[in-house]
Amino acid sequence: MSTDYEVVIGLEVHSELKTESKIFCCSSTEFGGDPNTHVCPVCLGLPGTLPVTNNKVVEFGIKAGLALNCEIAEFSKFDRKNYYYPDLPKNYQISQYDLPIAEHGYLEINVDGNPKRIGITRVHMEEDAGKLLHQGATIISSKYSMVDYNRTGVPLIEIVSEPDLRSAEEAVLYLQKLKAILEYTEVSDCKMEEGSLRCDANVSIRPVGQKEFGTRTELKNMSSFRALQKALEYEIDRQIEVVEEGGRVIQETRTWDENKGITLSMRSKEEAHDYRYFPDPDLVPMVISRDWVNEIKESLPELPDARKARYVQEYGLPEYDAEVITGVKEISDYFDAGLEFTKNAKALSNWVMGELLKFVNSSDHSAADEDFPIPPANLAELVELIDKGEISGKIAKEVFKDMAESGKKPAAIVEAKGLKQISDEGAIIAIVDEVLAKNPQPVEDFRSGNERAIGFLVGQVMKATRGQANPELVNKLLRERMQ
Amino acid sequence: MQLNSLTAHELHDKLVNKEVSSVEITEDVFKRIDQVDDKVKAFVTLTKEQALAKAAEVDARISGGDKIGPLEGIPVVIKDNMCTEGVLTTCSSKMLHNFVPPYSATVVEKLQAAGAVIVGKANMDEFAMGSSTENSRFFSTRNPWDTDCVPGGSSGGSAASVAADETIYSLGSDTGGSIRQPASFCGVVGLKPTYGTVSRYGLIAYASSLDQIGPFAKDVRDCAQIFNVIAGHDPKDSTSAEFEVPDYTSILTGDVKGLRIGIPKEYFIEGTDPKVLQLVQDAINKFEAMGAVCEEATLPHTEYALPVYYLIAPAEASSNLARYDGVRYGYRDETAEDMITMFKRTRSEGFGTEVKRRIMLGTYALSSGYYDAYYLKALKVRTLIRQDFDRAFEKFDLLISPTSPTPAFRFGEKADDPIQMYLSDVFTISLNLAGIPGISIPCGFSNGLPVGLQLMGKPFGEGTLFKAAHAFEQSTGYYKMKPNL
Repeated sequence: MSTDYEVVIGLEVHSELKTESKIFCCSSTEFGGDPNTHVCPVCLGLPGTLPVTNNKVVEFGIKAGLALNCEIAEFSKFDRKNYYYPDLPKNYQISQYDLPIAEHGYLEINVDGNPKRIGITRVHMEEDAGKLLHQGATIISSKYSMVDYNRTGVPLIEIVSEPDLRSAEEAVLYLQKLKAILEYTEVSDCKMEEGSLRCDANVSIRPVGQKEFGTRTELKNMSSFRALQKALEYEIDRQIEVVEEGGRVIQETRTWDENKGITLSMRSKEEAHDYRYFPDPDLVPMVISRDWVNEIKESLPELPDARKARYVQEYGLPEYDAEVITGVKEISDYFDAGLEFTKNAKALSNWVMGELLKFVNSSDHSAADEDFPIPPANLAELVELIDKGEISGKIAKEVFKDMAESGKKPAAIVEAKGLKQISDEGAIIAIVDEVLAKNPQPVEDFRSGNERAIGFLVGQVMKATRGQANPELVNKLLRERMQ
Repeated sequence: MQLNSLTAHELHDKLVNKEVSSVEITEDVFKRIDQVDDKVKAFVTLTKEQALAKAAEVDARISGGDKIGPLEGIPVVIKDNMCTEGVLTTCSSKMLHNFVPPYSATVVEKLQAAGAVIVGKANMDEFAMGSSTENSRFFSTRNPWDTDCVPGGSSGGSAASVAADETIYSLGSDTGGSIRQPASFCGVVGLKPTYGTVSRYGLIAYASSLDQIGPFAKDVRDCAQIFNVIAGHDPKDSTSAEFEVPDYTSILTGDVKGLRIGIPKEYFIEGTDPKVLQLVQDAINKFEAMGAVCEEATLPHTEYALPVYYLIAPAEASSNLARYDGVRYGYRDETAEDMITMFKRTRSEGFGTEVKRRIMLGTYALSSGYYDAYYLKALKVRTLIRQDFDRAFEKFDLLISPTSPTPAFRFGEKADDPIQMYLSDVFTISLNLAGIPGISIPCGFSNGLPVGLQLMGKPFGEGTLFKAAHAFEQSTGYYKMKPNL
């Protein structure tokens, strides 16, 4: 008899904060750049240099904490995490240990239509490390490696969840929601492909009903939502197999091998580092005033859940549609901007979720780009053109394609291509008569009570007008003539 | 006249009166170095060319009719753990034997802005760990009063160069006594300021929460003048204090009437040289004669200062010195075939015995399972030590004690016994733990070797220290004595 297992997952997410300068010095945080050009004596950890906290980082830490419903510390400090690695110029990382900036929060995910609250254990601030460029596959097999310290000292927040996630899907939903919240609060770009959002997962299994947690493994190196899902699915199956075969899961760190689609052991608990955390004596502890926290709280933008509720209540959007649109900030911002130009929220949301998302996903464009070819006003104008009966939905799809390619306004495209719907009876009547004359059989069928026959006739008229005739008008005229 | 033997304020007057030029002063200093430094060995690096160029610049300003500042055109020596842009900064370690910083420490920038003429970089115990300068990886500096004796440490080169008139003044750093103890051994004035009054930016860290830069000078007036220039808030150092820097030289009235001086009984212990005790007692009598009120004080947690220091300082050092791994700068073992071996060999060869001992002590104290029992406990006792001083200063304006239990000892005498060496700092170490200022001034001689008197002040109470030290110095005159080299 096989046992049913419950999966227990907690995520540790690192997100780069988009401040102009680094966390403890004035060097630029800009991504890319020639190696070792965004550096200074402080972030290079040269002898004698000292860190000075960038206040903006603390502000962003508080902001993220508030957006995640956390309590903000009144007293917080930085600690040193000591370990040797060449991408870490001081051989310690300035991080936060026992007094993080924010604790005890939560966010909500939607599991099969039901809200589920996932606890946030803590949010803490720290500095990022540099990047090693190995000349072989790994640091061990390389004859030499090069190191780029541009990323060294870029501010990070680490967000640790409670072990409240019960499946790979829930983990992905959590990460998506977290990403949306960080984007909404504008503390991070959350670009997984640039490494500005990184995720580690703690995962274990236990027989359903058991209270104690099973032994967990820590998974690293998942660089996309897909990778997170795949890695967790693989690891859950692996752990179940180990247990089913009578073995025991070992507490260890495992890395996700994207190419092979498996997780591999990196180091066991026995080999785990002793980081020798202690308060950084170069930085004074921070007293976080409640006035400051309140000021930041008041500056928080509308967050995804609030926006979703607004879409449902004010515009009558279905829950699902509201969830999809608010899931990505740039799309939701786009939708909001479009609503300035049309009252038809439902139609606009259909276009956003349909053609627009399809276009964004298949192109290099972001809907937030300055030079995005279809500004929100243009899509709203398209919706209005349909609503006013100036073009049909079918023609509108054609116009949309043109808008995406040319960046032109829909009315201009309709005008230039002569796509305007023909709603003038006089212009259509001759074609209606011609179609009726050419198709005596369907006419006969309709007259003898076959309602469906009219569809063919409408189609013929539309074809003859290259789709421009107002279909409702065509229908009305055909019926009048055949009476 | 040998200009190098004068004080900064004497030379300043001569410069203003156009009796001498900065180039003449600087040349006298280098002449003296040529004559005596193979006996004293105070320097790791000399910067003669830059010094003469700077002196000429100042002279041009003077002849152009410009008003000059009190330290302008005056030679200074910098301890080799303060970064000097473009000039070798070694910490007297093999690890940094080739390190040329691309930037200058804030104190160096301040001195340069004040027109100082930098003579060179002074030898020290490696990474400021030691009390005799025997831990320099290059050579030992000798005491100008007796070249068979140590100059003290870790700022031995800075102290000896002033005592030997190889400079007018110098900068040192003090983590547990590294300015005051060598000042005492070499018979010069040495100030460890309140933690946070002088920027640590560019001071190569030993123990960040204890390190503080301060001056060595030939008299208290110079010491106060130098402190005027180097003190003040620095936005590059988060631990630097925001406070008004007064003109400390204006406080030197010679009047100590009614000054309440505490004599902490825990600082008058067995094992202290009887002659040292007698000289300190003489000093107390002198203060009373000048109208100060001297009474017994108590600092009950004094006996824990040394063990607390040897947990906190090595713990911070173990982390501060982690960056020396051969990857980016300094010494690198070139024979290793892989990274871990390169790290290990670089650090094994690059650091000396005492540095490695303290890194190991500190690593152990911070390790999981030991942290609470050692490091955290030490932090708590540190608070008690600070509170001892807070209480004492409710009653007293300053406290008085020997600077070190003995005068300068002979080379090798304590080199093989770390505990005996550590005891040399037993009277100075508490001040670093409490963050308060202390000054060592000459108070007599024991068998021809100078003895130092330590005055301890309230946080930011340097003014009171200068006032009392100045009054004592002027009424005794020990500071005028010069070694026979």
